[in-house]
Amino acid sequence: MMEEFLQALTRALSFGTPLLLASLGALVNERAGVVNLGVEGMMAVGALAAFGVASETEAPGAAVCLAMAVGALAALLHGFVTLTLRANAYVSGLALAMLGLGVAGLLGKRYEGAILFEPAPELPFTVAAGALAVVLWGFLHATRPGLVLRSVGENPAAADVLGVNVMAVRYLAVAFGGALAGLAGAFLSLAYRPAWTDGMTAGLGWIAVALVIFVGWSPLRAVLGAVFFGLLYYLQFRLQDQSQVPTELFAAMPYLLVVVVLALAGLRRTQGSAPAALGRPYHRGER
Amino acid sequence: METSPPLLRLSNITRSFPGVLANDRVSVDFHAGEVHALLGENGAGKTTLMNILYGLHAPDSGELLFEGRPVRVGSPAQALRLGIALVPQHPLLVERHTVAENLALGLRDGLLLTRRRLLAKLRERLADHPLQVDLEARVESLSAGQKQRLEILRALLQGARVLILDEPTSVLTPQEVAPLFQQLAQLKAQGMAILFISHKLDEVLSHADRITVLRAGRKVGELSAREATHEQLVRLMLGREAVPRPRLAPAQPGVRLEVTNLEVRSDRGLPAVRGASFTLAPGEILGIAGVAGSGQGELVEALAGLRPFRGQARLEGEPLEGLSPAQLFARGVAHVPEERRAGTVPAMSVAENLALRTFRTALRRGPWLDRERMERQATELIQAYQIATPGPRAPLRLLSGGNIQRAVLARELAGAPRLLIAVHPTYGVDVGATEQVHRLLIQRAREGMSVLLVTEDLDELFALSHRVAALYQGALRGPWPAGEVDFERLGRMMTQAAEGAA
Repeated sequence: MMEEFLQALTRALSFGTPLLLASLGALVNERAGVVNLGVEGMMAVGALAAFGVASETEAPGAAVCLAMAVGALAALLHGFVTLTLRANAYVSGLALAMLGLGVAGLLGKRYEGAILFEPAPELPFTVAAGALAVVLWGFLHATRPGLVLRSVGENPAAADVLGVNVMAVRYLAVAFGGALAGLAGAFLSLAYRPAWTDGMTAGLGWIAVALVIFVGWSPLRAVLGAVFFGLLYYLQFRLQDQSQVPTELFAAMPYLLVVVVLALAGLRRTQGSAPAALGRPYHRGER
Repeated sequence: METSPPLLRLSNITRSFPGVLANDRVSVDFHAGEVHALLGENGAGKTTLMNILYGLHAPDSGELLFEGRPVRVGSPAQALRLGIALVPQHPLLVERHTVAENLALGLRDGLLLTRRRLLAKLRERLADHPLQVDLEARVESLSAGQKQRLEILRALLQGARVLILDEPTSVLTPQEVAPLFQQLAQLKAQGMAILFISHKLDEVLSHADRITVLRAGRKVGELSAREATHEQLVRLMLGREAVPRPRLAPAQPGVRLEVTNLEVRSDRGLPAVRGASFTLAPGEILGIAGVAGSGQGELVEALAGLRPFRGQARLEGEPLEGLSPAQLFARGVAHVPEERRAGTVPAMSVAENLALRTFRTALRRGPWLDRERMERQATELIQAYQIATPGPRAPLRLLSGGNIQRAVLARELAGAPRLLIAVHPTYGVDVGATEQVHRLLIQRAREGMSVLLVTEDLDELFALSHRVAALYQGALRGPWPAGEVDFERLGRMMTQAAEGAA
C-alpha cells in the first residue's frame, strides 16, 4: 500500500514537472498582463529543439539551452504581434499553439520514432521547477522588479507615468514564459519520454494554461496544482491499463481536464485574483 | 508685475488635432509659491495644455521653459525628472496593491524590497510630510480623497516642484474638499508651483492666486483671483452672459412614484439598498446624494428595470416590479444612466442613438425601420436640444461629452415621460451644457414630470431639488425639504454612521 502510494507520488511529480514549468512561465507573463495561449506550441518546438541537439551532439546542457531559446523566440513572435501590432492576443496565442505543433511535426519528420540512448535524469528538472516556484514567489513579492512586473499587469498606465517602460517589461515577461515552455518541452523529450514522436506534448500545454487560472496566479500554489494534476494524470494511466474503456476517450482526457480545471477555478472564484490588466493592450494616451 | 522669474513658462504653445485647433498660441507663467487655476469649458483646450506640460502630447510650435531654460518634455517620465507631476482626475494607482507598494513603484532605489524594508524606508522618507496615510492599506479600500492624497504624496516623494491637479474636487465629497485645499496651501508655502484645472468658479475664486481662462483653444484672460468676480469669469469662459436658471415651481399634489421598503442586492449578492421608502409627487424633483458605492447605482437600476428588487415600487398605483426597461419606458419612466456609455452606442450614428427608444414602436414600418422618419426625428431633436454634431448620420462617438448628454436627454425626454431617473446628468459636462440640462429639468418639472435626481454634486442637488435625501451604506436618510437642511448636514449624512435626525 505504502509502496503503491510512493509510486503514485513519484509518477505524479514527474507528470507534474512539465506542467509546473510551463505554468510558472505563463504565470509570469500573465502577471505582466500578457495572455499567451501558445504554450502547447512553444513546448512542442522546445521539445523538438532539445531532442535534435541531444541526438546530434549528446550535450544535454546545450539541448536545454536551445529549447529555452527557441521557446522564447516563439513567444517573442507572439509578443510582437500582440504588443507592437496590437492584434488580438487570444487569436494570436491559438495560432502560435497550432503553428508550433505544425512546425515541430514538420521539422521532426526525420526524428520520428527515434529514441535517445542517454536519457537525461528527471530529478534535476523536478527540483529546478520546485525551486523556481519559490524563487519566483520571492521575486514577485520582495523585489523591485517584481513590483514593477505586477504593477504593469495591474495598471500599466500607472506604471507608465512613473517612468516604467511597459513594453519592455511585457516583452521580457513574454520571453520568459516562452523559455519556460521550451524548458518544459525539453523535459518531455530528454527525460520524461526520451524519444521524439509527433504530438508528444499531448495537451500538457493547455493544462498549464488552465492551471495558472486554477492556482490564482500564485507560484507557490502552482506547485500544489501541478502535483494534483500530476496525480490525476497518473490515475488516468492506471485506469487505462485496467479498463475496457476505448483509448480515444483517454486521449480526450487532457482537454476534459482543462474544462474541469476551469470549472473548479470558477467555483473557487479565483478569477477574482486575475491581474486587472490581463489581456488588455496598453498604449499611452488611451484609457 | 511679478518680480521673480517663473518656474515654468509656456510660450506661444500651439497644438492642433485633425479638425480642431486645441491650443492657439497660449502663453502662461507658473510661479513657485503660487496656486494657478486653469479655467475653461469642455473643449477649451485645458486638457491638451495639461497633456503638453506632462509630456503626453508634443506641441506643434511654441516652447516650454523650466527655470528659464527651454526643455523638451517627451514623456511623463521626463516631466517627472524635471519635477513636474500630475495628479489625474481619476487616480492612476494600482488598486490591488498597498499604499506602500504604490509609493515604491515611483522610487528608483533598492533591488530587494521586502515588506519590512519598504515600510522602514518609506516611514523615514515620509517623516517630514504632513500627509499621513496608512501605508499597509490596500488602495482599493481607500476613499477618493485618500487616493488623491496618496497621489500627491507620491509626487512629493519624487521631488515634484510643479504639481498639476486635473479637476481635483470633482471626485471628492464636500468634507474632503477643504482638507485638500489646506494641503495645497501648505505645499504652496513650501514653494511649490501648483496648477489646478477646474470649471467650478467658486473654488477657483477662493483658492487660486491667479486664474487663466481658456476659450476655444485661446487664452482669453489672466487675472488675479483677488480682483476677479464670478460674473467676469463666466463671461470670459462662455463669451456671453450666463442665462439665469428658471425658478422651481412648487410640486403638484398627489403621488407619482411610491417606493416602500425597497431592498436591492449588488452584483456580489450583498445588500446594496436596505429598505428605502419615499414618495415623489408630480412635478417634484427629489435629489439623492451619496458617496459613490452607497447604493445609488443599485437603487436607480432597480427602478429602471435593470435589477431585481424586493419591496414595492408603484407608478401612480401601478406596480413596476418585473417590467423591462422598454415596458417601463412605455409607461412613462425615462432613464439617464450614470455612464453615458451605458446609455448610448458610440459607434452608431446620432440618429440611430436618438431612435433607440422608439425604433420598435413609432419608427417601425412593418418589419422594417422607417429610416426617413428616423432622420427627420433626429434633425428635429438636434435642433430642439442644440446638439452640436456634424449631422444626424455622424457617429455619436465624435461628439463631446456635453453633446452626448444632450442627445441622451433628447431621446429620453422625447416620449414626454412621467418620471425621469437621472444620474449625474451634468457630470463632466461644461457650463453651457450644464445650464441647458438644469433648465430642461426645471421646465419639464413645471410641466408635471417627476424627477429622481441622483448626483454627487451638492450644488446641483440643492439648486434643482424640492426635497433632498442621502444614501449611506444603502440606507436612505430623509428626504427633507431642501430648505430645511444645509450643505454641511447633508454632507455629514452621506459620510457619517451616527446621525440623530436620520
